Amino acid sequence: MAPVAPRSGDVIFASVERVNAELFTLTYGAIVRQLITDLEEVEEVNKQLDQMGYNIGIRLIDEFLAKSNVSRCVDFKETAEVIAKVGFKMFLGVTASVTNWDAEGTCCSLILEDNPLVDFVELPDTCQGLYYCNILSGVVRGALEMVSMKTEVTWLRDMLRGDDAFELQVKLLKQVPEEYPYKDDE
Amino acid sequence: MGKEVSESCVESLLTEIVSSYGTRFYANKPDLAARRIEAIGYQVGHQLSERYTMERPRFSDHLEAIKFICKDFWSELFKKQIDNLKTNHRGTFVLQDNRFRWLSHMSIDPSPENSGSTQDPSAVAENKAAEAASMHLYFPCGIIRGALSNLGIPCAVSADISNLPACEFLSFSALN
Repeated sequence: MAPVAPRSGDVIFASVERVNAELFTLTYGAIVRQLITDLEEVEEVNKQLDQMGYNIGIRLIDEFLAKSNVSRCVDFKETAEVIAKVGFKMFLGVTASVTNWDAEGTCCSLILEDNPLVDFVELPDTCQGLYYCNILSGVVRGALEMVSMKTEVTWLRDMLRGDDAFELQVKLLKQVPEEYPYKDDE
Repeated sequence: MGKEVSESCVESLLTEIVSSYGTRFYANKPDLAARRIEAIGYQVGHQLSERYTMERPRFSDHLEAIKFICKDFWSELFKKQIDNLKTNHRGTFVLQDNRFRWLSHMSIDPSPENSGSTQDPSAVAENKAAEAASMHLYFPCGIIRGALSNLGIPCAVSADISNLPACEFLSFSALN
């Protein structure tokens, strides 16, 4: 049987169950607001948002692989393109662009111009240290970890902090070789 | 239709709200966790009903407002209307969704037959499952309460899932 061709982000997004983006945006906003009230420290909120994202990412990768028919990427460059064009599109309905590669091809930036998480959002002065979209970096980190890539994901630019786009830096720390349960004698 | 995102995005957030508040922040205080989750829903319902009623005249009475929740509001959120609305005409409303989306991907067996024998491990598991499911209901209850409050109806909202996948939301308002 011929291998199934990978599907484009647009095609997948058109075929999945979708909901009103306002519900998503406002729900996320309400979560952040509640976390700020309960945890008080902005640093702690950043950490928890990242953790929530990580938990989501390790589950979402299964849906991604099941629906996208994407096969193993040849290198990290292809991985980044797939996240930006297929991953973001099929879940959030927007695509990102990939730029700012380093010489080794292990570090790049995903640029989001349209980000459904931040519609209606304005940060008050008291939340200056907040990385509002930190859930997203957690999702990317969690999802990549499930396909054997340890990464560090950080926000370089943030429109809520006055920048002109959202720039998420993804740095490949190491590729963990897949471990099979070969050894029974341990 | 405005912008959309995949349903998995919203479901993932709900799962994480419940697990963060229910098992990490307030692991031993389910009451507090429930209240926080409800508060998040309240905020969402309050804001959404504000947006969806922008172009409308004021509702003439509570019933009109509730009907708006059952039809327009529910359709925006779930692409279907509430299937059945009952009222005692004294401030209590029962909104029934025969197939509530946010529970449709959850597998639990709420059959109460075994609940007598507490030693039965499967009964314990069932209780746990029912408890987990009920944690997921504070968010939609909060949404309804937030939406109604914004329409001038302060109320308490609870949910009944004894007939899954149907879900009944009970709204009690003091006034009227």
